[in-house]
Amino acid sequence: MSAVLATSAVSLVLAPSAFANFITPKSGGSPNANQIHSLYMIILYIAAVVFVLVEGALVYSVYRFRAKKNPVAAQIHGNTQLEIGWTLGAAVILVILTVVTFVKLGSIINPPNSGAAFLESSLSQPTPPNGKEIVICVQGRQYIWRYVYGSACRNNPFAAKLPYSFQEMVVPEGETVVLSITSVDVIHSWWVPSLGGKVDAVPGYTTYTWFQAKGPALYHGQCAQLCGRQHAFMTALVDVVSPSQYQTWLTQQQQKIQTANSQVTQLRSYLTKTGNL
Amino acid sequence: MSVITDQVTRPAPQVLTRSVSTPRETKRWIDWVTTTDHKKIGIMYLVTTFVFFILGGVEALLMRVQLSEPSNTLLSGERYNELLTLHGTTMIFLFVVPVMAGFGNYFVPLMIGARDMAFPRLNALSYWLLLAGGIVFYATLFWHPPEAGWWSYPPLSSIEYSPSGGQDAWIFLIHLTGISSLLGAINFYATIVNMRAPGMSWGRLPLFIWSILIYAILLIIALPVVAAAVTMLLTDRHFGTHWFDPTAHGSPILWQHLFWFFGHPEVYIMVLPGFGIISEIIPVFSRKPIFGYKAMAASIAVIAFLATLVWAHHMFASPLPIVVLGFFMLSSFLIGVPTGVKIFNWIATLWRGSLVMTTALYYAIGMIAIFVVGGITGIFLAVFPVDWQLNDTYFVVAHFHYTIFGGAVFPVLAAIYYWFPKMTGRLLNERLGKISFWVTFIGFNATFFVQHALGLSGMPRRIYTYQPGLGWSTYNLISTIGAFILGSGIILTVINVAMNYKRGPLAGPDPWKGNTLEWFVPSPPPVNNFDVIPRVRSVEPMRDIRRQVERTTGVTQKTGGSERFARV
Repeated sequence: MSAVLATSAVSLVLAPSAFANFITPKSGGSPNANQIHSLYMIILYIAAVVFVLVEGALVYSVYRFRAKKNPVAAQIHGNTQLEIGWTLGAAVILVILTVVTFVKLGSIINPPNSGAAFLESSLSQPTPPNGKEIVICVQGRQYIWRYVYGSACRNNPFAAKLPYSFQEMVVPEGETVVLSITSVDVIHSWWVPSLGGKVDAVPGYTTYTWFQAKGPALYHGQCAQLCGRQHAFMTALVDVVSPSQYQTWLTQQQQKIQTANSQVTQLRSYLTKTGNL
Repeated sequence: MSVITDQVTRPAPQVLTRSVSTPRETKRWIDWVTTTDHKKIGIMYLVTTFVFFILGGVEALLMRVQLSEPSNTLLSGERYNELLTLHGTTMIFLFVVPVMAGFGNYFVPLMIGARDMAFPRLNALSYWLLLAGGIVFYATLFWHPPEAGWWSYPPLSSIEYSPSGGQDAWIFLIHLTGISSLLGAINFYATIVNMRAPGMSWGRLPLFIWSILIYAILLIIALPVVAAAVTMLLTDRHFGTHWFDPTAHGSPILWQHLFWFFGHPEVYIMVLPGFGIISEIIPVFSRKPIFGYKAMAASIAVIAFLATLVWAHHMFASPLPIVVLGFFMLSSFLIGVPTGVKIFNWIATLWRGSLVMTTALYYAIGMIAIFVVGGITGIFLAVFPVDWQLNDTYFVVAHFHYTIFGGAVFPVLAAIYYWFPKMTGRLLNERLGKISFWVTFIGFNATFFVQHALGLSGMPRRIYTYQPGLGWSTYNLISTIGAFILGSGIILTVINVAMNYKRGPLAGPDPWKGNTLEWFVPSPPPVNNFDVIPRVRSVEPMRDIRRQVERTTGVTQKTGGSERFARV
């Protein structure tokens, strides 16, 4: 362990910024990530106490009871009370962790209310109490994420009128964004650490998660389930902008897609006419 | 079987120290190929699995070099995926599980006072099937190694996304090593249930034997499930079925359930014999009985039972209802209780002992120190909301190396230092052994401790490269340096074995003042193991025999080894 501490100390000097997440998960982007973080911290404190006690007892007994210092071993076969004691002790810690987890669970899986009036209401799960949310469909494919904006995407993510983007998702800050996650080929896993836990994208299934992002900011994430040779490059960026910028971006994106589509149509008809297609 | 009742004529350990050799009738290599002797088979298991361990280690080092700096181009994504599949599959199916069968083969008959395994030829078949599985798998190096990871999740492992024969070779490996382990397990079960020395009731069974018995039962429960699963994958790939094909109403989640129903017991299949080895070594070198024998034996059984009820904690990010996640969180918590009991009892065995600090004890203590960390991080991962952040990251990689390298490989190294004198009649070099321990221990922690931090900083597992500026570069570099230190530690042990298996100092039958019956026979034991099988009167029969001899002869029993390390 001393070597670990030494090497850690060296790298601490070399790269202080690298130590942002040495013992805690990323958080700060969304309430669910923050709640997971605080649940993690509770476990970490209990774990630290257990770690120090157990390793301490181990190191002490190796130090104190060497043959040199303690030439005669005590012939003890066991101690029922002690054994029952530490069995119950371990169980009590786990009961406490169970209770804490279920107390915290609601704030992790249920999204809070969302305010903005322009949002459309829908019936997807999970839903904030007032029903206002933004729905974005996330489609995993080898090796890029595709995002379709608008609750109609859940019926058909390839619907012609819906704006979409690849790899970089644009979302309004402070609004509840519900993600409806699918895959078109192999299993992927959606994960942007600062915005909450990961959810697998499994072909044949639809999974859900949500976040309410703090912004303006750009959050980094990437596919967390081995999905093939370029798995390492299946990254995701979440660009958090103000609601008005978001509206502007949606319109622009819509126009860009339409322009590109009409250009493709023109090119296709030209190629067909000239006999090249 | 005639039981010798005359205490005075009971053979003392020294009396038996004589070379037992029969004139050789066949060539040496034919001896090995045709043998049904459990000791020779055990040694073949150990040598073969160690070769695979070294191969798996080289694969790990290649991956670590690739990850040592961001945007490294040493390996392509294809090569990296092949390496991670080879590494995981090798370490699990060709090293940790069969190495335990190797020690089991050698020491189960000796420790229970039997002259061989129940089915010696079946035993030989187990070994040759294992070797065949390894050869089939490694032959893919010349074509296309599999690249879907050791879980081989479909659809990635389906014919559409993994068209090469490597995936089929992987399936073949699972079948061959599966049959090998299944036959071995049945053999262990039959041997332990039927062939124990007179007086060795269940309450006097050495804890290593308990662990091998439960290991065998878990193998018998878990292996048929994975055999079925990979057969379904095979028919999906080649014979038109759609078990796991979502485009034809199959389910990729079905594979995950079947695979992890095997995969989690497999974890305990790997570590329970390790627990057994530690439970043998610690009392011997503490000069003290194991603390809470009954609790130790019971906790092995409880862990094995719970091991069949926790599989979906590998699937917390998969589409499962919250209530299912809750169940698997609680069952995973429960398994922490018997595991905790084992750790507390080991420490209580050291407590007020008189510790003879041999290399074997170093590795055993190192195992406890490391396994505690793996156990604690296991609790983090069992809490499913927290697991949503940690699953599939380097935190998990760190966790399972702390449990499996700590819980299985450290015991294997301890067992090598502990049992090498019995297997070869020679002692290993203790000074080199202790150096190897510190190098291995420091290298291990340098490699894997920072991987917790990598996972917490958002690095997923199984990525072959990463961009600079994500805060991962320093941790990865430390981890890579640590991996080479760790590798050097393993090499030191290999050198120690190579140097001493023919020329090391003679060990004598009982160099450590052991507790169990393998120390009653000469080192190495004769083909028939026992001329007379002693009656067992406690869980430490060899200790009883030593005391008996001391009482009748009035001479303190000399041993070949432990006097060198402590004034005993």
